[in-house]
Amino acid sequence: MKKVLATGNDAVLKAALDAGAGMFCGYPITPSTEILAGWAKAADKNKNLIFIQTEDEAAAGFGAIGGILAGKKAWVATAGVGNVIMQDPLSLAEGMRIPIVVYIAQRGGPSTGTVIFSQQEVVLTRKGGNGEGLRIVYSPGNIQELYDYVFKAFDIAWKYYFPVFILSDGYLGKTLGEVAFHQGKAMPSHPIMLNEHRAAAGHSLNLRNCYSLEEELGEVLKKQISDYEKMSEKVVEHEEFYVKDADLLIFAHGSVSQAAKAAIIEARAKGLRVGLFRPLTLSPFPIKESRKVVRGIKKILVVEASLGQFSDIIKSAIFGGTDAKYFEFFKPAEGITPEEILEKIEEYL
Amino acid sequence: MNTAMPKCFKKESKPSKFCPGCGHSIVLKMLGQVIDDLNIQKKSFFSIDIGCSLLAWDFFDVDTIQTHHGRTVPVAWGFKRANNKAVVIAYTGDGGGYAIGLQNLIYASLRQENITVIAVNNTVYAMTGGQAAPTTMPHEITDSTPNGDFTLERPFFGPETLSLVAEGTPYIARGSISNPLILKNYIKKAILHQQEGKGFSFVEALSICPTNWKTDAKKSFEFLKEMEKTYKLGELKGD
Ligand SMILES: Cc1ncc(C[n+]2csc(CCOP(=O)(O)OP(=O)(O)O)c2C)c(N)n1
Ligand code: SF4
Ligand SMILES: [Mg+2]
Repeated sequence: MKKVLATGNDAVLKAALDAGAGMFCGYPITPSTEILAGWAKAADKNKNLIFIQTEDEAAAGFGAIGGILAGKKAWVATAGVGNVIMQDPLSLAEGMRIPIVVYIAQRGGPSTGTVIFSQQEVVLTRKGGNGEGLRIVYSPGNIQELYDYVFKAFDIAWKYYFPVFILSDGYLGKTLGEVAFHQGKAMPSHPIMLNEHRAAAGHSLNLRNCYSLEEELGEVLKKQISDYEKMSEKVVEHEEFYVKDADLLIFAHGSVSQAAKAAIIEARAKGLRVGLFRPLTLSPFPIKESRKVVRGIKKILVVEASLGQFSDIIKSAIFGGTDAKYFEFFKPAEGITPEEILEKIEEYL
Repeated sequence: MNTAMPKCFKKESKPSKFCPGCGHSIVLKMLGQVIDDLNIQKKSFFSIDIGCSLLAWDFFDVDTIQTHHGRTVPVAWGFKRANNKAVVIAYTGDGGGYAIGLQNLIYASLRQENITVIAVNNTVYAMTGGQAAPTTMPHEITDSTPNGDFTLERPFFGPETLSLVAEGTPYIARGSISNPLILKNYIKKAILHQQEGKGFSFVEALSICPTNWKTDAKKSFEFLKEMEKTYKLGELKGD
């Protein structure tokens, strides 16, 4: 397929349009502002696209939820402290099974922090809100994957009715590279409320967000958890890179996984037996797959740009399944180069 | 006054869960009559706040969503933007509307969102046990204003504030459950305003909360009369 030169942000916008997104609500925050501004320009040309720059992230999320209930593929994009505020509507979306798509461009924290890069929004994006984190979180690592997974996010959201996140970062959004826009066939959306069913059935749909009894909410959650578990097997994705004969296995995700790949290629040239396991879905996490891959591995190295938010997931996933030595290389809110990872490989192997 | 149950009421959920004598029931009954009169039951989208209004989640045989405290307005305009044939009605308390959700309310009026918002002013946060609201009267005793201390010297005037900020041709009024038919007329005009595509419409309803006020019927209506001296009834914007 023909490849074109595009930034990560362009790829995200193109993917949303190709997937049939029809409405965007947002509040500017670096490094996700290009998505908002890009959608505004698209909506200015195409009157079928709805754009609302809201007064805050909460309004953006709740406005998008309203649009989804009326049948639009509505989505939002935010970052950092905006991600914190956005959890309010996203928690409701989770509880009410609203198929919202959320693009997160991680930046440094806590609070306003820095504006371009971190991997510190892993816990917030996976588990944000006062619930169990019944959401899908993709962690793409390059521009092609940004396009592919944003496109896929809308299909998955409208197929399973859970919120779907694309956890990216500012570097990835601003990177220029080659990408193929495959323009696959997108899932249709349809009104959730005031639909044909409403007219035909002659009775209304009443959706609740508040329950009187523990047992009532307990039943709702049981069903949601069971739906989530059934979906998980079909949705979970990961990538393995040089794992077959590896003595040292690296765990990394997102853009850091690309730095890890570059380091592994250099290490292999030096005869070092190192490989990479990289989850593409942080939620649901490829637990079975990671337990399988660590069998026979002597050493594990987790690399991330936060203080163990990702490593905690690995530890619980492989708990009891390996006696490999466990190393961690954390650089909270700072970029990680292939050279630094190569150094660690040489140190631990 | 028409005392029959509106057709759009959901029979299974009656009697409702509001306390006996609650003002919300009267506001909702007037809304129900308007929905019947205008024959909009099947095309209405009813978006309710968290507060005692949450008790109305299955009150009407009308598509209804129970949203989040303060956020019923953005869900409502989001729906309307995506389906402009729907009649979209947001229902909130004074806490949800004028405290936590105020900036959403103001921006909905600024952007001329073509929805109808009904805000019930009972001077307290009723659902959480009667703490002070933005509308608590100066020196009113509530759960969080013991002896009448800690109240605002000047409470928040919703319709008056919105009249100053709303853009375009809004409809803004304040009614009271002391005169349900006038209140009903305001609600009807607000919804017609939306159906004619004229933009934002807003009705505040002065209401009573006997449970948290700890008042009997007589005292409740006496306090409502006091409220009406502070909160002037009438239409502030519209034709
Ligand atoms: C984000 C959030 N904060 C606080 C609450 C607790 N809470 C529930 S209802 C309510 C106040 C309701 O008061 P009002 O909006 O005036 O409605 P009323 O019950 O008086 O009708 C509060 C503070 C909540 N549900 N959500
Ligand atoms: S607490 Fe007050 S507002 Fe709430 S239902 Fe009872 S009387 Fe009505
Ligand atoms: Mg109140």
